[in-house]
Parts: sequence; C-alpha cells; structure tokens
Amino acid sequence: MPDTDPIPQRDGHKIAVHAKGIVKTFGDGGARLTVLKNVDFDARDGEIMMLVGPSGCGKTTLLSVLAGTLRADEGDIQVFGQQLGLLKPAQVTKFRALNIGFIFQSFNLIPTLNCVENVSVPLLIQGEKTRVAEDRARHVLEQVGLGERGKHRPSQLSGGQQQRVAIARALVHEPRLVICDEPTAALDAKNGELVMDLFGSVARVPGRCVIIVTHDNRIFSYADRIAQMDDGQIIEVHDVENGQAPSFQHH
Amino acid sequence: MLRLALKMLFGDTAKYLMLVVGIFFATFLIAQQSAVFCGLMRWTMATLVNVPAPLWVVDAKVEQVNETNPLRDTDVARVRSVDEVAWAMPLYSGIQRVRLANGKFKVIQLIGIDPTTFAGAPVKMIAGNLDDLRLPNTVIIDDLAVRRLASNPRDKNTYIKVGDIFEINDIEARVVGICDAMTSFTGGPYVWTTYERALQYTPASRKMLSAVIAAPRAGISPEQAALKIEEKTGMRAYTNTGFGSTPKDFGSSTVWWYVKNTGIPISFGITVVVGFIVGVAISCQTFYAFVLENIRHLGALKAMGASNGRLCSMLVLQSLTVGFIGYGIGMLVTSMFAFTALKNEQPPFFMTWHIPVIAFGVILFICSLAAMMGIWRVSRFEPAMVFRA
Repeated sequence: MPDTDPIPQRDGHKIAVHAKGIVKTFGDGGARLTVLKNVDFDARDGEIMMLVGPSGCGKTTLLSVLAGTLRADEGDIQVFGQQLGLLKPAQVTKFRALNIGFIFQSFNLIPTLNCVENVSVPLLIQGEKTRVAEDRARHVLEQVGLGERGKHRPSQLSGGQQQRVAIARALVHEPRLVICDEPTAALDAKNGELVMDLFGSVARVPGRCVIIVTHDNRIFSYADRIAQMDDGQIIEVHDVENGQAPSFQHH
Repeated sequence: MLRLALKMLFGDTAKYLMLVVGIFFATFLIAQQSAVFCGLMRWTMATLVNVPAPLWVVDAKVEQVNETNPLRDTDVARVRSVDEVAWAMPLYSGIQRVRLANGKFKVIQLIGIDPTTFAGAPVKMIAGNLDDLRLPNTVIIDDLAVRRLASNPRDKNTYIKVGDIFEINDIEARVVGICDAMTSFTGGPYVWTTYERALQYTPASRKMLSAVIAAPRAGISPEQAALKIEEKTGMRAYTNTGFGSTPKDFGSSTVWWYVKNTGIPISFGITVVVGFIVGVAISCQTFYAFVLENIRHLGALKAMGASNGRLCSMLVLQSLTVGFIGYGIGMLVTSMFAFTALKNEQPPFFMTWHIPVIAFGVILFICSLAAMMGIWRVSRFEPAMVFRA
C-alpha cells in the first residue's frame, strides 16, 4: 500500500477525511445522472460529523465514496492521510478492513451467527484467530451493555439491541473512521436516543472520526458539526455548540 | 471466516437440507443405476465366468456368448488340429425347461461338458462331488437353482438338495452336487451335466455343438492362439481372459453387443442423466437462492473489507460441504441397496471403482457450478449497495 501523506490541518484541527472536487455520475446517455457535483468535504479527527439533506441529494453516495466502497469519477479523497484514488481495488478493500467501521441502517447482522460471532467478523476479516477475535468481541459487547447476550442470535434481540451489536461490530477492530448510514432509522425514538447516547460515549475518541448520514433530527444534537447537502452539493456546514443543533428547512 | 461460512450454511436449515437432498439424490441415482447397469452387463457374461476356459471357438457369425449358432461335432477335431492349441473340448449351452416335482416348469441354462476332463466344470462346489457327474442321469445345479427349482421357493424345507430328482424334457435328472455360480442374464439357474447327456436332454437337431472350449499351448498367448484358430478353421475364436483384456475378448464382445443392440444403456443412461439434471437443478437453484438471500450480508462483509477471494472461498467451502455430505449419504444408501441386492442376488449390482469416482466427479462439477453461480453474483455485488435500505 502506498505511503500515507501527513495528516493535513485546518483552523488548528487535524483533518481526518478530506475530499475535494468529488464528482460521481451514474448511468449512460439519456439516463445519465450526476449525483455528486464537485463536492468538497472535511471531517475532523475526534469529531462526529453528520450529513443531512433531502432524499436523493447524494448523502449516501458521498458516504460510499468516502468509505471507499464506491469510486468517484473525479476528485481526491484522503482518509487519515491515505489518498484512496492511488490505491488499487484490492488495496482499498484492505484499507477498509483495517481502518473503517460500518454501521448500517438495517444492521446487516448475519442471522445465523450469534452476537459474539457477528461482532468478531471485522477481526476475522483482518485474519485474526477466532479465539482472540471472540475474546475481543465479548469485551466490546460488555462495553455496549450486551455482555450477557453474546450467545444470542440477532433475531432474539430488540431493534435497539441489534443496533448496539452493530456498533460493537463497527468498533471491535478500533477503526479510525466509522461510517454510519441512518443508524437510528429502524429504531423508535427511545431506542434511537439510547443508541446515540451509547454511540457518542464509545465512538467519540481522539484519533477517530465518525461520519453519520441521517434524516433523524432528534439525533442532530449528538453531532459536533453538520454538513447540509442539497442537489449533489454541500451547501452549508454548521457547528453544533452545547448540543444545540440548527433547524433545517427540510427536517 | 471459513468457520463462519459453515455456520451460515448450517444455520439456514431448510436450504442446507434441500442442498444435501439434491446432491444425495443425484449421487444415488448416478451410482445405483450405473452399478445396476454394470451388474446387468456382467450377467450377460455369466456363462463365460461359470464355464472358465481361456479360448472359446464359435460359429463365425456369433458375437456374444448367449447366442448359439451350432457347430458340427467334427469342429472339435478341427480346433484340436491347430498347433497352438493345447486341448479343445465340446461344450453344450442352451436354455431348457425343467419339470418340478409339483408339476411346475422352470427355465434353466443347461451346460454340457466333457466328462473325461471336466473342462468347463463349476469352479466352486458347495455340496456333493463333481466326479459323481459321471454317474447316469446326474446333474450339478448352482445355488440359485436350490431355491428357484424348489416346489415352494419361500419354504426352505422344499429347497433342492443333493439326491433330489427333477425332469429335463421328460428325462430324469438327479442332483449330485451344488455349486456356486454367477446368475445368468436370463435369470435362469445353471445346470451342468455331461456333454452327451445334455444332447439327450435337448430335442434333437442336425447340429448341436454350441462351442468348443480350448486352451493355448504353453508359451502361446490366448490372443495368438485365437488368431491361429480363426486362420486355420474359419470359425470365430475368442479369448476369455477378462473384460477388456484383449481386443478378442468374448466378454467385451458380449457386453458391446448388448450395448449396441438393446435399449438397456439408453434406459439406464436416461436415469443417470435425470440424476445429473436433478442434481444440477436442485443444487444450483437452491444454492443461488441461498446466496441471494445472504447477498446483503455478503455485501456487508465486502464493505467491511472481505476480499472477493475470501468470499469466493466461503462459497466454495459451503458448496463443497453440502457436496461431500450429500455424496457421502448417497454412497451410503447405494451401499445399503448393494447389500440387499447382493444378498438376494436381485437386482444385478456390480460396483466398479470407476462408478464412485465418476459420481464424485459429477458431484464436484455440480458443486462447482453452484459455487460459480454464487461467486458470479457476489463478485458483481457493489459493496456500496448495502447502504441502500
């Protein structure tokens, strides 16, 4: 894997994720649709950054591009100093395995595996031994308050508990970047808050950056900054001070 | 990861069982039907096994051992006159009717051999004495005849034993021995008697010599001797040294005759092809459905950094696991069928080493095809798709 560049700094903050001039287009001919239009984006080390905006504005596409699961047509992306565009597909895959944790809207826990096994998956992908991976998974499950449910399968847990397992899975290999796609969309208000309380406490650490795509205005107060998107562009970035989130027209 | 792949497979009980049943069914149909076909083909050569002689000399038009085109009695002497032949003896082989003590009729394969040398006599006697065949009106029967010629085949007390008497074409035949023999293609038991007596049991015709059995001189191969016999007598000479052993082997000629001139291979072949199609259809379709059902999870693994190679190895392991288990159960059930078939001597069953190897190859092909379909789907699944709910 190519060497990483020094982590850039801006306004006294270390920049964890830096994207410049991102363009992403889908389809050909008449069906051609430009979803990301020259997007510039920064996320700082140690912060929770939220991406908000109306449906179809390109939030999830931008998230996929930042996570390296989708290749941009144009532009540069740096994740903790690593230029993703310089990496071959296999190297991007390895980079994701080592540096990125994922939380999905529909949890995507494997139903035939128990919680410990589900949480240990990222470590197994890295090539860790099963016993070591499962010991570590048990420890992280303790941290998210599910130490007693390690042997249970996802179907035996509530939605909130399943998302806590997904959080444990996203953090078990101590990734530097955590990517969350609508983490509370499948949860009721109470479970959404519980999950975000927990997530805020375990995920927000120095040296890590969390990027969350959400429609859920109840969780805006958990962000450090919120980037507002519309029509494939970031139109504004708001700071959230003292848990006071701005109100957006779309929400 | 491979352990998790197996847990994913075993966790989906319905699909796992469906996959195993598909592979089991394919294995069983392929192995069992092939073995029954081989057994049936082996039965066509039963006379060659039961009447062991390195050379069989028959009419020039004869292509298989169950076909008789009688020779003249003097043809024995013509074969003996060939320098490469050590000895040559007459042989009678034909289907005759037996009248049992209860008045019922049964069909037998009557074999008449030279009483002096006993060339072509049964190899393994179970009861009685081969020499007693020289006594008047005597026969030796095979173990199948013990039951088949009994007045009540279900009652062991009525089974034929040494000393019992029945009639062949109204002439008395007294059992002086019981031997072990391979079942004939026609299903009738083998009955040995002397050549002259066999002619008495058989309605008279102009020519009655079925074949001349012979052996080559020391240092001459059966094939060389057969070629010389054909050259000097104009008759057809075959070797009897095992299926496929020489180009002139009578067993091979017999089997190929049945393959070319009967619908047997087509009938069995269709069943084997059905087994293959069932295996492909059930296994590939079910495995593909299994992959589709898990595509979001596999996509999530891909997003989390699992390489295509690792996901492929997971799918191959899952596919091979059901393949091995299904194959194992299929061969086990085939073995149980074989045990029953061999015990009852019905239906014919002969498992050559090729059958399990070919069946295994076919199952590997089916599993590979199923895995490739899954791999094709997974390798084209963009990990970014998992972000779309």
